Amino acid sequence: MGNWDWMVFCKDTTDGTLVASCYGTGHEYTYLNWMIGAWGWTIAVSLSALAVALLAGSIIGILRTLPDSPWLVRFGNAWVELFRNVPLLVQIFLWYFVVPALVPPMKSFPSFALVVIALGLFTSARIAEQLRSGIQALPRGQRYAGMAVGFTTPQYYRYVLLPMAYRIILPPLTSESMNIFKNSSVAFAVSVPELTQFYLQAGEETARNMEVYIGVVVLYVISAMVINRLMAYVEKHSRVPGFVVAGGTGGH
Amino acid sequence: MNKQIVALTISMLAAGGAFAQANDTLAKIKASGNISLGVRDSSALSFSLGGGKYGGFHTEMAERIAEDLGKDVGTKLAITFTPVTSQNRIPLVQNGTVDLECGSTTNNAARQKDVDFASTTYVEVVRMVVKANSGIKELKDLNGKTVSTTTGTTSVQTLRKNERAQGIDFKEVLGKDHADSFLLLESGRADAFVMDGSILAANVAKAKNPADFKIVGPELSVEPIACMLRKGDPAFLKAVDASIARQVKDGSLAKLYDKWFIQPIPPANVTMNLPVSDATKAAWANLNNKPMEDYVKK
Repeated sequence: MGNWDWMVFCKDTTDGTLVASCYGTGHEYTYLNWMIGAWGWTIAVSLSALAVALLAGSIIGILRTLPDSPWLVRFGNAWVELFRNVPLLVQIFLWYFVVPALVPPMKSFPSFALVVIALGLFTSARIAEQLRSGIQALPRGQRYAGMAVGFTTPQYYRYVLLPMAYRIILPPLTSESMNIFKNSSVAFAVSVPELTQFYLQAGEETARNMEVYIGVVVLYVISAMVINRLMAYVEKHSRVPGFVVAGGTGGH
Repeated sequence: MNKQIVALTISMLAAGGAFAQANDTLAKIKASGNISLGVRDSSALSFSLGGGKYGGFHTEMAERIAEDLGKDVGTKLAITFTPVTSQNRIPLVQNGTVDLECGSTTNNAARQKDVDFASTTYVEVVRMVVKANSGIKELKDLNGKTVSTTTGTTSVQTLRKNERAQGIDFKEVLGKDHADSFLLLESGRADAFVMDGSILAANVAKAKNPADFKIVGPELSVEPIACMLRKGDPAFLKAVDASIARQVKDGSLAKLYDKWFIQPIPPANVTMNLPVSDATKAAWANLNNKPMEDYVKK
């Protein structure tokens, strides 16, 4: 395995000739072009799914902590149990093959949209659970204090509970955001041309599996590290002086 | 602690042993009385029958090669089936895990740098399957359509070359395996599935309603499929080739073809219905191990 051939990325994908500039333009399309394009898909899938997950996860997480609304709490519990207990790959196939068969208009959805829904809702169950724990970690007195000063339920969630709860759960949210990048690799199973699919296809075409694999791994690591640093920055700058959780360990 | 040392020593000995014999497979199989055959899980030429058993045209041919090799080295060889994938088959042949891989590996110039190939025993033509009522007959009918093919196969490159050469424009989607690519066609997400003819025939045979599908189109590419073995072992290559020549000569290879491609086959008892092609007949009549690139020049 000592004979590396890193020039493989500079080869044209159609005829296998070396392209001098490595990153082809116009008619030339090298494996590097392809890999960068695939990285774009990975990032697009991950960030879109993260947006869906944060939105749905926040709503469900809040529902699960509402006082005096047992049916909403049950709905939230059912949501979490459903999306947390079915394996991700199975969920992807359900959204891709089964749901469109039941809901005909969804047949025209691109696979990208279906993967974003699947990955987003899967992660939403985990974020909902984290947000619930964050809200429940707050002293009960905070909720009562909000009620006592005359806030409505949305108001005391918005101004009292959620600002602190989100700060508490920032470290697990960081992990979740990095996870979503790694989990986005299952999108290859439903024909999204992202990094994992690039690895499988380009590795086979070039017979240079290890080089292609290492290139792909480096891009995954870069993606995850950027998210990690970004969240660390947010965590540092949203810290409330004197608040016990934020003042404790800080990092993650 | 002691156990670990013993285990380490054994694995080092085993690794060293394999290394020493790496370039003399005949000596290795003679010493161990065992040959490791690479097989595929779901290729048309080699596939799992369930319960650790494997079948298919190339798998059974490999079993007969192993029998002949046993006669050559003067001991009856036990056969170990090692399932391989498109991704790991070449490394596993190189590192000695697999002695002979008879699956659906295309013999091409890039791979010849890493491994040696025995005589071509099957010539694959890449074609496309479409829904029978779609009206797609030729490549140019694909303009503006969606075409599925399988990740990790040479068909993707073939498709790309044709797309550029003929100036037609279609969208390609890659299924994760052949069954998935076929499902893309079946569920209407793709208008055509481009793949090796034998794989198309197998998928159509297994479909709920085989009459709904039709294999059409020109031969997009011609690929020689051959058994793969370690590079730089001429004695082993010669022995394998001799066995193939023997099977062609006494007609047993043609019978084997009939058994796996014309007759109903296990596990589901479907019929592939894929008569032997002229290209395959030509390969048998004139045994050679030319790479795929030589077929293009013709």
